[in-house]
Amino acid sequence: MSLKTQEMVLNMGPQHPSTHGVLRLELELEGELILDVKPHIGYLHRCFEKHCEAMTYPQVIPYTDRMDYLAAMYNNFGYAVAVERMLGIEVPERVEYIRVIMGELQRIASHLVAIGTYGIDIGAFTPFLYCFRDREKILNLFEMTCGARLLYNYMWVGGLSHDIHPDFQRLTKEFIDYFKPQVKELNNLLSYNKIFIDRTADVGVLPLDTAINYGITGPNLRASGLKFDIRKDDPYSIYDRFDFDIPIGEGTHGTVGDCWDRYYIRVLEIEQSIRIIEQAIDNIPEGDVQSAIPKRIKPPKGTIYTRVENPKGELGYFIISDGSVNPWRVKVRAPSFVNLTVMGELCKGHLVADVIAILGSIDIVLGEIDR
Amino acid sequence: MKTTEEIFEILKNNFAEDVLELVEDLPTEKFIKVNPLAIYKISDFLRTEDGLKFDTLMCLSGVDEADGEKVKDENDNEVINGGNLSVYYHLDSVELKQKVTIKVETPRDNPEVESVENVWKCADWHEREAYDMYGIKFLNHPNLIRILMPYDWDAGYPLRKDYQNPEFYKGMKVPY
Repeated sequence: MSLKTQEMVLNMGPQHPSTHGVLRLELELEGELILDVKPHIGYLHRCFEKHCEAMTYPQVIPYTDRMDYLAAMYNNFGYAVAVERMLGIEVPERVEYIRVIMGELQRIASHLVAIGTYGIDIGAFTPFLYCFRDREKILNLFEMTCGARLLYNYMWVGGLSHDIHPDFQRLTKEFIDYFKPQVKELNNLLSYNKIFIDRTADVGVLPLDTAINYGITGPNLRASGLKFDIRKDDPYSIYDRFDFDIPIGEGTHGTVGDCWDRYYIRVLEIEQSIRIIEQAIDNIPEGDVQSAIPKRIKPPKGTIYTRVENPKGELGYFIISDGSVNPWRVKVRAPSFVNLTVMGELCKGHLVADVIAILGSIDIVLGEIDR
Repeated sequence: MKTTEEIFEILKNNFAEDVLELVEDLPTEKFIKVNPLAIYKISDFLRTEDGLKFDTLMCLSGVDEADGEKVKDENDNEVINGGNLSVYYHLDSVELKQKVTIKVETPRDNPEVESVENVWKCADWHEREAYDMYGIKFLNHPNLIRILMPYDWDAGYPLRKDYQNPEFYKGMKVPY
């Protein structure tokens, strides 16, 4: 007769430095092996969707900042695009260019946090400092533009809250010139580091069909080998005017879709964002950034689902209008919310230490998971 | 790439009485209304059929239609009797680059919708959220428990339009 060993249940979080916020993971273990991982969320629930129903359409924008607080510009962007499509208004060229530049700067900033904190999770402290030093320069550009460093309330429906500073173009170009070699330095410091590769290659492999079935989007999906980017496949704003590539995971140091691929995709995307900014920064047309802002925002009765490529994946806004000044329903399809669901699948059969490596590679922000 | 009208025709030919109507008079987005107790087989068909191949569920959202009768209860709070709750499914085909929106409506008194968790794994948490916020029961869901609210929240479903904040939660005053 064989005896069955009882599985051990171990709680990781809610207060744990490597869970990137208040997330509780319930690990089911057999010795050091993971049998299952159950994420428990909701510790940061702030009733975003209920608040929206009591707000007018422009009043929702500051709330969107607080979802993915590392990519607040892009949350504004997505919401503005959604309401503009409902109203059927065109925004001026100048606004579109500034939005794309801000959006891509935000993507770089968000990816820098992802890369830096991933290094810390794995045990490399130095890259974190390098990443935050460079992110600081982007935040300075944002601060110069709209006065805020983290939560901007910058992109309004039909326009922007402020025009750019007269020095913005010059300083952004200076930043790009400074930052380009830093990517190479980061690669030497972390990406091609032997210890880092040993820790991440062949860990947490996400096959493409699983990724699609779980609705994984953004860098995590591309790391599994699918060339899918909403900026190209379902274009919004003026992304169709720029020339950029969609990097995909190639399994350079292990299998396609492993932690290293998910990490490295973000480095490659930073380079593509730089390309977009370089193409846009000198071509900002003249104009008034507030000329298209409607006096009264009252979309017609109906529904709309709009998605944009947030740094973390597909950020969707589902808005129902009943014809009044308040939205009837705002549902946010947060990329991290969906990406986290695959945790259990990824961790099965790995060791406890790999859970940290896998969670970090998904790059979640609890602010938008709990909303 | 197929339009919503073409997809409606295909569905109508395969699931005659379960596909209810095509709503196209709204200025923003068209959607197909189907029977909530047939959504599983329709979803499976949408995912696997050649020419449809909707392999991704982008979003699943519960909505309170609040189209029932509004009455005052003994504490003078507005309560909605009857009417419908609904669920919207936004589907995307990565392969064929087409999108479609499906809607189901279910009575507010006994909201039951078939789960599509088995078709798109992504629906698992979305359905739990819709259950958490609206109390929509997803039949055959493997783990239908609250997700964002505390597991033992017993004061109702917060995103329903007639939701009232409880005075106390486990002895703690709300709002504190």
